[in-house]
Amino acid sequence: MAAKTAALAGAMAVALALSGAPPARADLPGADLPGAKRSAAELSVPVTYLRHERTPPSTLSELDPVPPDQGLDGARLALADSATTGGFLGQHYTLDLVSVPEDAALAGPARQALSRSRLILADMGPEDLLALADLPEAQGALIVNVAAGEARLRSADCRANLLHTALEDGARADALMQVLQAKRWTRLALVTGPRIADRAFAGELVRAATKFGLKIVDEKDWPFQSDLRRSTTTEIPAFTQGLRDHDVVLVADEAADFARYIPDNTFLPRPVAGAAGIVPAAWSPVLEQWGASQLQARFRDATGRAMRPRDFAGWLALRALAEAVTRTGSADPAALRAYLLSPGFALDGFLGRSLSFRPWNGQLRQPVAVANDRALIDLAPVEGFLHQVNEMDTLGLDRPESACRAFGG
Amino acid sequence: MRLLPLLLCTALAAPASAAEIWVTNEKDDTISVIDTATLAVTRTIPTGERPRGITFSHDYSRVYICASDSNAVQVMDPATGAILHDLPSGEDPEQFILAPDDRHLWIANENDAVTTVVDTETRRVVAQINVGIEPEGMAVSPDGATVITTSETTSMAHWISTATHQIFANSLVDARPRHAEFTADGAQLWVSSEIGGTVTVFAAADQRELAKIRFAIPGVHSDLIQPVGFEFTPDGRTAFVALGPANHVAVVDMASFEVRDYILTGRRVWHLAFSPDHAQLFTTNGVSGDVTVIDVASETPVKTIRVGRFPWGAAMRP
Repeated sequence: MAAKTAALAGAMAVALALSGAPPARADLPGADLPGAKRSAAELSVPVTYLRHERTPPSTLSELDPVPPDQGLDGARLALADSATTGGFLGQHYTLDLVSVPEDAALAGPARQALSRSRLILADMGPEDLLALADLPEAQGALIVNVAAGEARLRSADCRANLLHTALEDGARADALMQVLQAKRWTRLALVTGPRIADRAFAGELVRAATKFGLKIVDEKDWPFQSDLRRSTTTEIPAFTQGLRDHDVVLVADEAADFARYIPDNTFLPRPVAGAAGIVPAAWSPVLEQWGASQLQARFRDATGRAMRPRDFAGWLALRALAEAVTRTGSADPAALRAYLLSPGFALDGFLGRSLSFRPWNGQLRQPVAVANDRALIDLAPVEGFLHQVNEMDTLGLDRPESACRAFGG
Repeated sequence: MRLLPLLLCTALAAPASAAEIWVTNEKDDTISVIDTATLAVTRTIPTGERPRGITFSHDYSRVYICASDSNAVQVMDPATGAILHDLPSGEDPEQFILAPDDRHLWIANENDAVTTVVDTETRRVVAQINVGIEPEGMAVSPDGATVITTSETTSMAHWISTATHQIFANSLVDARPRHAEFTADGAQLWVSSEIGGTVTVFAAADQRELAKIRFAIPGVHSDLIQPVGFEFTPDGRTAFVALGPANHVAVVDMASFEVRDYILTGRRVWHLAFSPDHAQLFTTNGVSGDVTVIDVASETPVKTIRVGRFPWGAAMRP
């Protein structure tokens, strides 16, 4: 596409009306004359961050409290990052927060939000997300999922008006298995936590192990109900002693509750992976290459804390929308969606690759950091895991594996 | 009688071939000095923290170094390696350009979204200009009238008048612009976009887009083809474009904007510098920690030279 050159004096003018009616583009007469006065024709891009609040599960340790605005903080930073380009081009972004209390119904506030803005960043669980996408008012809107990692949202339960910058859970499992396979640490003992999400992620780990040729040699459920912080050195060796011989202990603990006590307490000297030790995530505080340290620094300056995966998903969502607005000069959800799914779209995610959306289910392709507390171990896709289209498609649901048909696939 | 001119030639050739390529090692806080005749590292010079951009004064009596994490531009005596003094640079200077007046440095301050103009004689900041987020690429037109700053997150090239210190135009380019250069005749501005995977060519007179150069290497996925640094041959016919993690330098015909060839280099090839006779091209390879020497005539890599950790910038000293 042709580059747009926007002189500050107003060489380019795009007039757009956006309140309800579809935006119309009109070049103002004489606006491109040299020395033309700055035109008043500007584009406003209202985005709503729609959140259905959820109380995070209680955990034994209080070392890592869940930040109340994780996700939203990332979107706020992306708003600031996008405001400069927007300022130079006369495109003005706003981000409204609609936060629905946990015990209140989502539908009413969601309808109101959709009446004000047609671009929604959705921070909620999968059932809420589908209910939102299926609202009559949501047809023709563009919703970006920044929180839910369930595979079904990218497969049989996909929706045409729903894109995903949240990393799918399966991609995390795939990334971990690529790293372990590359190290030939292929015999895995799986410890699964008591929560539904733990069981679901354990299922992804088992699936990914099969996909990449690793073997789950033993499985155990996490049995402890008590506060074992004072007895880890006796209880956890005993718990892991009976496991069949393995290279790595895998832990499925989605709330990051008990996994922290397992490394260095196992009966055999074995690395731990999953929710502690070797952890796969969309974003990690140890990322510093590929310009990531600049994004980390901006986020820390703005919030006083480290960036988390959900913050990154929120950041990616608003950056993706803004990139599409920049390139199309439009705030129309249909135009943005078409551009986001086109081969021309390339998003900078500070991870060394250009990011794009999978045209078969609307998931953002992204590398996955596999890291310990102190350093990056590897960034998946790991070298040697090849793909005929895009190596990032070795992570998560590839086209043949997805039952999604809402994208015309 | 016929021997004499030959001997003279040899004698004259010796100092000419004793040129040097200075490479900043971002993660070692050093400069590796490469002899262009022996292709060996002859000196390793300590610098401030995280050295990136590097450029010589016009008479090569001083070398300027962006010491990004020291928040300073260092001025070094290239003969001794001694730091003469620091220049105020604004925070986190990443890349800069020395104006044709040999006096004003224009510096991209990556973390501050500003471009800083420093007078190297008075050692004072002359101006600071607000630009987009994460400014990096810097270029100056041959007549000195226009300076370009590219900003990575804003995806723009900002056209700044050196007379007024005001931005007079902003050109949108593809994602994450990294490097900018005017052609020697000043007619064109080239801007590389790392994540967009393109080089955009503008007419300097009216900021019109003339061409968009795309790259494709068999066996390398497009998301890893990331153009960063580039250099033009003095005849204005050929551009060499470093393609980052694609580990190749593209050879671009500047008349047709067509890519003619790809040359294999070390890993994450970043910036480039010619030898004084333009017969050799040196590339910094960040991940493999080495420099690839390319024979320009045959467009083939001839040698790999180990330097420090994360070599970034490169500059020639005759």
